[in-house]
Amino acid sequence: MVRYSIFTLARNALTGHEHWPRAWRSPDPRPAYEVVIVGGGGHGLATAYYLAKEHGIRDVAVLERGWLGGGNTGRNTTIVRSNYLHPESAALYDHAVKLWRDLSQVLNFNVMYSDRGVMMLAHSQHDVHILKRHVHANRMAGVDNEWLSPQEAKEYCPPLSIDPRARYPVLGAALQRRGGVARHDAVAWGYARAADALGVDIIQNCEVTAIRRDGARVVGVETTRGYIATKKLGLVVAGHTSVLCAMAGFRMPLESVPLQALVSEPVKPVFPCVVMSNTVHAYISQSDKGELVIGAGTDQYVSYSQRGGLQVIEHALEAICELFPMFSRMRMMRQWGGIVDVTPDRSPIIGKSPVEGLYLNCGWGTGGFKATPGSGHVFAWTIAKDEPHPLAAPFSLDRFTTGRLIDEAAAAAVAH
Amino acid sequence: MLLIPCPFCGPRAEIEFRCGGEAHIVRPADPATLDDAQWADHLYFRRNPKGVHHERWWHVHGCRRWFHLTRDTVSDRILAVYPVGSRSPLASREDER
Ligand SMILES: Cc1cc2nc3c(=O)[nH]c(=O)nc-3n(C[C@H](O)[C@H](O)[C@H](O)COP(=O)(O)OP(=O)(O)OC[C@H]3O[C@@H](n4cnc5c(N)ncnc54)[C@H](O)[C@@H]3O)c2cc1C
Ligand SMILES: [Zn+2]
Repeated sequence: MVRYSIFTLARNALTGHEHWPRAWRSPDPRPAYEVVIVGGGGHGLATAYYLAKEHGIRDVAVLERGWLGGGNTGRNTTIVRSNYLHPESAALYDHAVKLWRDLSQVLNFNVMYSDRGVMMLAHSQHDVHILKRHVHANRMAGVDNEWLSPQEAKEYCPPLSIDPRARYPVLGAALQRRGGVARHDAVAWGYARAADALGVDIIQNCEVTAIRRDGARVVGVETTRGYIATKKLGLVVAGHTSVLCAMAGFRMPLESVPLQALVSEPVKPVFPCVVMSNTVHAYISQSDKGELVIGAGTDQYVSYSQRGGLQVIEHALEAICELFPMFSRMRMMRQWGGIVDVTPDRSPIIGKSPVEGLYLNCGWGTGGFKATPGSGHVFAWTIAKDEPHPLAAPFSLDRFTTGRLIDEAAAAAVAH
Repeated sequence: MLLIPCPFCGPRAEIEFRCGGEAHIVRPADPATLDDAQWADHLYFRRNPKGVHHERWWHVHGCRRWFHLTRDTVSDRILAVYPVGSRSPLASREDER
């Protein structure tokens, strides 16, 4: 792997940037691997990287049916925060936020993590109570989160309208200063490049079409590029988890629904932070390219179409225009959907499955990008040691049987 | 946005409706006899198929009645509409829980 630095940049500039090597190999699949990861999104690639880096397991393949990051990783609005209500969630997401901080150095790839702060607005007394409860719970869990008055919120984000006559007036806000955004594609590419350098085979255009079992154990997968044997299989396929689990013979507590986002034409820097409003179902930040990145809600029905209804976007934009009147004449450039796997308690599922040797990392739903480094880290541990990482243990599949749910749904209404 | 053929009112825009999720999940007849795994299956586990799906819809901003749809979750095309209490004309073995 060529180490990226100012010197390699200068050297390549002299030759017109025509001799940069590929960032990762494109190998044909081998007949067998110690570990096979299905899904080349951020979570799958991070898992492969930490398996090789921290556990010395380099005989690993990542199988991706399309291109790297072409799923939700490359479709999300990249909000990173850890101010979740329950201690189990705050610990899991904060593990990730800590890993984000020096990820660019660790991977030698600029993931553009920017801790510009994430501000969540309260529009009703109910919102005020919920967000203050979050602030207190987070402080007790050692996670930063602070309460702002409407004036303080406007100082932090000048474009915000705090007009008390608004349909959804701003009554205050919760601010996590360590939260922010990162460059989604770079996260997939950075992990792919670093994993490849450690010997992981990253195989694109390779769809898993069947999962082979020998009794209770997994023995391999059929793919569009042939059969691949493995004793340890990690499914990290987000919206397609139910489909792959059906191949292995079991159901999941998941529903797959479209979630949409859109970007505006690029403009000069006008928006300093990330603002989210759960009540009006909109969230917004500005990318380094200058586009406003706006997230909308989910559709109400199960779908794998990667398209959502226009009324969902309309609803989000109505809210954006009211909160930020200066954006009312912005033109939107692109709009798209991703298929997110939603659990009943809006918390992820990480750990073992009913099939021996088959591990699950899914259910991140509308808000898993922020967790990418932490998710990969604890999942690699879980696969390597065949037992859940302590931070992952509460997020086991059997919580739906024992009843120990981690209910972030009631806590947040939406979660990003 | 889906154009949903309410069996009582005719085709109407999706914003008039609320989706009630997977259809034909039968409430346990004798709840006291269920173990935790059976309860989990009833409450939380879903087919969530990529393809033919039977689901409940409620015309909340219209006639306020419930009915069933069979829809393809890849194309979002509606394949059949049928009354509560009956089986879809497209029902298959895979639908059994
Ligand atoms: C519009 C939108 C906005 C979002 N906003 C945020 C946000 O602001 N903050 C946040 O934290 N999260 C957000 N999320 C959620 C976040 O994107 C996801 O939780 C996260 O990216 C999931 O990563 P992943 O690697 O698990 O899944 P993915 O990136 O979806 O990767 C799964 C991969 O599996 C592959 N796959 C599927 N089936 C097969 C098969 N049979 N064989 C081989 N490969 C297969 C897919 O092609 C895909 O590339 C958002 C999501 C969307 C859609
Ligand atoms: Zn009707």
